[in-house]
Amino acid sequence: MTIMKNITDGNAVGSLLKSGLSLNDHRNLILQRTKETGFYDGRKNLELKESDPIAYERIFSKLRAGLVSSREVAKKIAASPIVEQEGELCFTLYNVAGDCIATSTGIIIHVGTMGAAIKYMIQNNWEANPGINPGDMFTNNDCQIGNVHPCDIATIVPIFHDDTLVGWVGGVTHVIDVGAVGPGSMSNGQIQRFGDGVQITCRKTGVNDTPLRDWLHESQRNVRTPKYWILDEKTRIAGCHMIRDLVEETIREEGVEAYEQFAMEVVEDGRRGLTSRIKSMTIPGTYKTVAFVDVPYSHEDVAVPSPFAKVDTIMHAPCEITVKPDATWRLDFEGCSRWGWHTYNANPVAFTSGIWVMMTQTLVPTERINDGARYATEFRLPKGTWTNPDDRRTAHADAWHFLVSSWSSLWRGISRSYFGRGYLEEVNAGNSNPCNWLQGGGINQEGEIHAVNSFETAACGTGACAVKDGLNHAAAIWNPEGDMGDIEIWELAEPLLYMGRTIKTNSGGYGKYRGGLGFETLRMVWGSADWTMFFMGNGYMNSDWGLMGGYPSATGYRFEAHETGLLDRIRDGMSLPQGKDLNPDMPEFEKHISPSAKVKRDKQCITTEAIFENGDLYLNYLRGGPGFGDPLDRDPKAVEEDLNQNFLLPSYAEKVYGVSAMRDEDGHWEVDLKETEIRRKVIRQARVAAGVPVRDWMEQERVKILDHDASVQVKQMFASSFALSPKFLAEFKSFWDLPDHWQLLEESLGIPMFGAKHHMDISELPDVHPVIMTEQ
Amino acid sequence: MTTYTKKQVTDLVKGELDWDSLHQMLSMPKDKERYGQYMEVLQEQVSWDDRILLPLGPHLFIVETGDNTLVTKCGCGHNFGDYRQNWKLNALVYVRDNETKMSEVYPKLMAPHTDWQVYREYYCPTCGTMHDVEAPTPWYPVIHDFQPNLKAFFDWLDMPAPANA
Repeated sequence: MTIMKNITDGNAVGSLLKSGLSLNDHRNLILQRTKETGFYDGRKNLELKESDPIAYERIFSKLRAGLVSSREVAKKIAASPIVEQEGELCFTLYNVAGDCIATSTGIIIHVGTMGAAIKYMIQNNWEANPGINPGDMFTNNDCQIGNVHPCDIATIVPIFHDDTLVGWVGGVTHVIDVGAVGPGSMSNGQIQRFGDGVQITCRKTGVNDTPLRDWLHESQRNVRTPKYWILDEKTRIAGCHMIRDLVEETIREEGVEAYEQFAMEVVEDGRRGLTSRIKSMTIPGTYKTVAFVDVPYSHEDVAVPSPFAKVDTIMHAPCEITVKPDATWRLDFEGCSRWGWHTYNANPVAFTSGIWVMMTQTLVPTERINDGARYATEFRLPKGTWTNPDDRRTAHADAWHFLVSSWSSLWRGISRSYFGRGYLEEVNAGNSNPCNWLQGGGINQEGEIHAVNSFETAACGTGACAVKDGLNHAAAIWNPEGDMGDIEIWELAEPLLYMGRTIKTNSGGYGKYRGGLGFETLRMVWGSADWTMFFMGNGYMNSDWGLMGGYPSATGYRFEAHETGLLDRIRDGMSLPQGKDLNPDMPEFEKHISPSAKVKRDKQCITTEAIFENGDLYLNYLRGGPGFGDPLDRDPKAVEEDLNQNFLLPSYAEKVYGVSAMRDEDGHWEVDLKETEIRRKVIRQARVAAGVPVRDWMEQERVKILDHDASVQVKQMFASSFALSPKFLAEFKSFWDLPDHWQLLEESLGIPMFGAKHHMDISELPDVHPVIMTEQ
Repeated sequence: MTTYTKKQVTDLVKGELDWDSLHQMLSMPKDKERYGQYMEVLQEQVSWDDRILLPLGPHLFIVETGDNTLVTKCGCGHNFGDYRQNWKLNALVYVRDNETKMSEVYPKLMAPHTDWQVYREYYCPTCGTMHDVEAPTPWYPVIHDFQPNLKAFFDWLDMPAPANA
């Protein structure tokens, strides 16, 4: 007989729903009705909401409050500071079709990613095999399905009422390590999926509310940090079960018909909510933005297993946002560069879901975030780009590196709307590039195999507003509850002592209102046996432009020191580096370590594992946000305050802000308003004298393009985008008035181009049906 | 719906609004009247009479001139031309494309490497106001940041659209 006969847990087709439909048919009908009518599931009228608004609100409030409180309770189970301190977890409730109804606080990007996993199970007939039954648990972290990066582990639990499926709940935590080639949750070093750590594809990992023993044994030995892994899983399971209980209670109180009706109407309600906000806050029209990220892989400190990855490239993410007269919108990423041999590739679901995280902090700042917003939005992510790879080998461990950078540019686009309508309080020049990611591993101070990923990045500087400075060391765009975490907790979790933690001078972009400043922490390795660390951030480029005359925030740099002699200096009571690298061009740390120390102080902010001995130093510099408006418009008194707070180096007060200031005997800065006025006038005149008419400059730049005069990485970026987008190429040639015969081919650059011509998509695997939710 | 006084909108534009009011603006549904109040405040800040339709920056506006043409104009009065064209093409530009020029604005290690990225500063040719800073790779086309659909916008505002929108 067939194997299927022996699968006792499989469901007969149609047995999970009262309608007798398979889950896939059920979902397809919803999509069809949505497409035909423009309303989610064809729900032109919100019958429950309109006939019994109190009941509707009661259900929503109960579910939302339960989701939030379940998260708060569950996170206390976790031992990982990433979850317990930084709040890197989230619980979300879905309807039968896998569309989100409501979510908790936290890393709400996973509204989309867990929904994609549910949809994948629906579309690939998990119903028949392995079956979906009460008490089941499924685990997913597969980036080819929609997960952001493998370290986000999701537990998904189906919810039943009288043997009928009524929904799903998902819980996700960001684990400390997934057993990738590089230690740490968002590591690099690996360049393919096969080195990206354990990958779990919607696997049934529990029955009867109990994790399966084979799963527990296998998963724990596949990661470096099983203690954290086990407690993270208990966190997810506890939260999911609390929320399942909540749904069962709600059904008992409100009736299953009301609950199921709510579970559909609330999505349509969410769709209408977004269009309403678009109409009340934005301006119809077309917005163009772009972002870049440096991928400096030719450097000697980037060790990767394959020679074809040893190239410098640039991520390119242009975006055209169209706000339509009907108050829907389209985000088109035509022209993006190709995916690459690194860990920064993204899946379309990760890309679009992350945008909602951002929007909850601006356009939809409401607890009613659900999948409705997605139905009011058209996304286009061209196949073959880094946003939508066409190869199943791609690595995704640090997809954030590209994602947050591309999202930052969207702030600028949408902020133009807010500024135009006078909603100045909503303007945000962008987010900081949340890095550096301090990662590494080895044997820690407890003598255990360990890995770390410092989440101090959850508190970078924010972008400037049109009425005030950005917040200093305050937030990260991907976690609305961001926090830098307590030093004492990090010292427990990592064999790294804090030599100091302080605001990073000059890190915020200058402007009428400056970007929020980042911060820096100097860590000394202590108590480890065998230990490695690496850097992960931007250095040669900056993705966070300023807005309307404001400057981008500062780029990153790295500082690491080996053979420092610090242990001897401590013993001898000598001076120590205290954590403030005031001006990296005038090094201070080096004065307090051995003259023979081996120091790396440069812009190579992506490295792979390097050996760190006890007493070695590592500077973790967390970036600032971009600025808003011409710096010459900044209130001189605000510059004075920046000087007195050590937020700004004096020479830039003069050069950039045109502020004349004197320091008194007590070290206090005071501005001279009259001199400042004169100085600013001089700077404006100097600008007019130094600037050239744009069209004249274009002629000079055009010559460079005709001569192919640019660095290899710049040419690789353009060639990669040209190859994927004839439209981008045509627009480029048109703008620069290039002759028809002009071309730039990657083949001409003399660098490896594996993956450019030959690739194999996940959809080419047998019996695999990817869920596609964006235009490509 | 919460509404605000002209004084509050004036203070908002100046960056002097008290935090309680600012917080209210952030947390409450948006006031549709804001646009009208905002235009009044902006109009009072400029020395010329052309009607401001849409600000593109603190000192940059789409305006309707006396003969009903729509142009982009600097606060100083400099005319950047038809509002549908990219105003940057009629500006001055200063490109920070080497280490010396970058060092004027950031410490060397905190500025981009110009083999990868340059800063392009767009100035008003008349008054020297810096209206925008782009940070692209070399070769990158000048970006046309925003092309508003004014007709649809005024429809959303329930106001008559400018004749040549």
